[in-house]
Amino acid sequence: MKPSARITAIFTLVLLVCLMLSCFILRHLDSLRSQATLEEVLYIPSPKVVKRLSLGYDGLLADVYWTRAVQYFGTKHHLDSQDYRLLAPLLEITTTLDPHLIVAYEFGASFLAPPPPNGAALAQRAVQLVEYGISNNPDEWRLYYNLGFIYYMELKDYAKAADAFARGSKVPNAHPALRIMAAQMAQHAGELQMARMMWTTTYQSTQDPNVRANAITHLRALQVDEDVTALENLISDYRQKTGQFPSSFADLQALGMLRAVPVDPFGNPYKLAPAGRVEVGEPDDFPFITKGTPPGYVPRPFKFRASDLGTSWR
Amino acid sequence: MSARVVHIAANTFREAVRDRVLYNLIAFALLMSAAAVLVGQISIGIERLVVVNLGLTAVSLFGVVIAVIIGISLVSKEIEKRTLYTVLSRPVYRWEFIVGKFFGLAGTLVVNTLFMAIGVFAALLYVGHGFQSGDGWIVVAFYFIILQFIVMTALALLFSSFSSPLLSAVFAFSLFVIGSFAEDLRGFAGMAQGLSRWLATAAAYLVPNLSSLNIISSVAHQQPVSTQLIFSNTLYALMYTGMALCGAVLIFERRNLK
Repeated sequence: MKPSARITAIFTLVLLVCLMLSCFILRHLDSLRSQATLEEVLYIPSPKVVKRLSLGYDGLLADVYWTRAVQYFGTKHHLDSQDYRLLAPLLEITTTLDPHLIVAYEFGASFLAPPPPNGAALAQRAVQLVEYGISNNPDEWRLYYNLGFIYYMELKDYAKAADAFARGSKVPNAHPALRIMAAQMAQHAGELQMARMMWTTTYQSTQDPNVRANAITHLRALQVDEDVTALENLISDYRQKTGQFPSSFADLQALGMLRAVPVDPFGNPYKLAPAGRVEVGEPDDFPFITKGTPPGYVPRPFKFRASDLGTSWR
Repeated sequence: MSARVVHIAANTFREAVRDRVLYNLIAFALLMSAAAVLVGQISIGIERLVVVNLGLTAVSLFGVVIAVIIGISLVSKEIEKRTLYTVLSRPVYRWEFIVGKFFGLAGTLVVNTLFMAIGVFAALLYVGHGFQSGDGWIVVAFYFIILQFIVMTALALLFSSFSSPLLSAVFAFSLFVIGSFAEDLRGFAGMAQGLSRWLATAAAYLVPNLSSLNIISSVAHQQPVSTQLIFSNTLYALMYTGMALCGAVLIFERRNLK
């Protein structure tokens, strides 16, 4: 029998309806199984097993797992999660499949070690991950830097941090900051300038948008801490001169102690609170500040700013 | 359904049986018997896990291979043997031929899977000396595997309606691999920007989503499966199969068979 226009019309219509419905159901399935693919890692006994199962296509599979790790962190971070339990296995599988994927070690150093909501609070596991990276990539100075960074920022083990920086500084083409950090660690550990140097090096040494956004956020917080300290010192000087606290920054300007009303890294003016305290206008803009918050301030879960990421989270 | 479709389906089933397709059951039975005996000796404590994982994976792979290899030759063999002309010279629409072929092969795969399921449960009974309450979810995993076969059969038919058997096999197996990573593919698409995001998303929605039909790992750990997932997967597989079949019919209707 010859094809008829009726048959063509019917099957075309059914095809289009099926296509639309399948897309619609797929979206529903994605919402049902938002973490299903990722949670498979819970059933995998070891990254080495995954490597054997990859049948030699470990490079491609490493890319898949790397994407899963980034998506996992991004989604969890966006939802203000306190639980990042899959991040370590995802990164360990990724780096076992491709031990030369430097960006995965960087990501681990930045987001495995810190406590929630900014990380998985697994500093020792982050150290193991980066040490594994160094053993596979001994000429990659950024890995020594990442190791020192974890020891310095999270474990507060300044001797081991200095050792990691010193090892890294001997690698060809190492960032000059490593030698300085190794030398100054004993004398200036815990100081603001040291932290600033480290976050600046982090920012300069990576292309990963999450790691960069994290570094920028920390650098802003350090700037606020430094500004608030400096302004409160000025207020203390003012009080010694006049015997009272200034009522506004204009009082400090009148005495020539300030040129203009000071502003935070976003350009918003600092506030002068009673008893000479200095506060930021929007504390939620600076999730890592240690100074300048109003009394009783409870920090809200934060998200990286889209402008810092250079891309928006899914 | 028209009686002609049923006849074609029954003949396709009979032909598959005659072609010794079900002989794969012997290989599967040997595999499961060896696994059941060996697993107790080499994987202490995870015998059930190994049997379920191995059994369901083998069922899935055996079935997909059958679906593709038989599916791609359904049309070409009829043309080669010139039996297609005999069929189409009778009052049979081309769409009835395609749909009948599809149901015939799908039926073969369902029967094949039922036998294999009995084998898996027998091996499970042997290593576990009984069933556990969580083993019921394995039935759902088998159901999803059957849905996977139905989708793959429709795709094999679609490719065979316009391409050579070899290329059809390449296309179908490629789509099987891509479809198994469908959720990752949509993840990649979600991370892309601008035009590439739209293109990647469109591609990600066009390939079959076989990853949500694969629950082998979770049922091996006796994790429950939600009713919503069963319902949604069923609907999705039916819609996707419908889409592929309609595509096959539309192409076959216009194919020059001279």
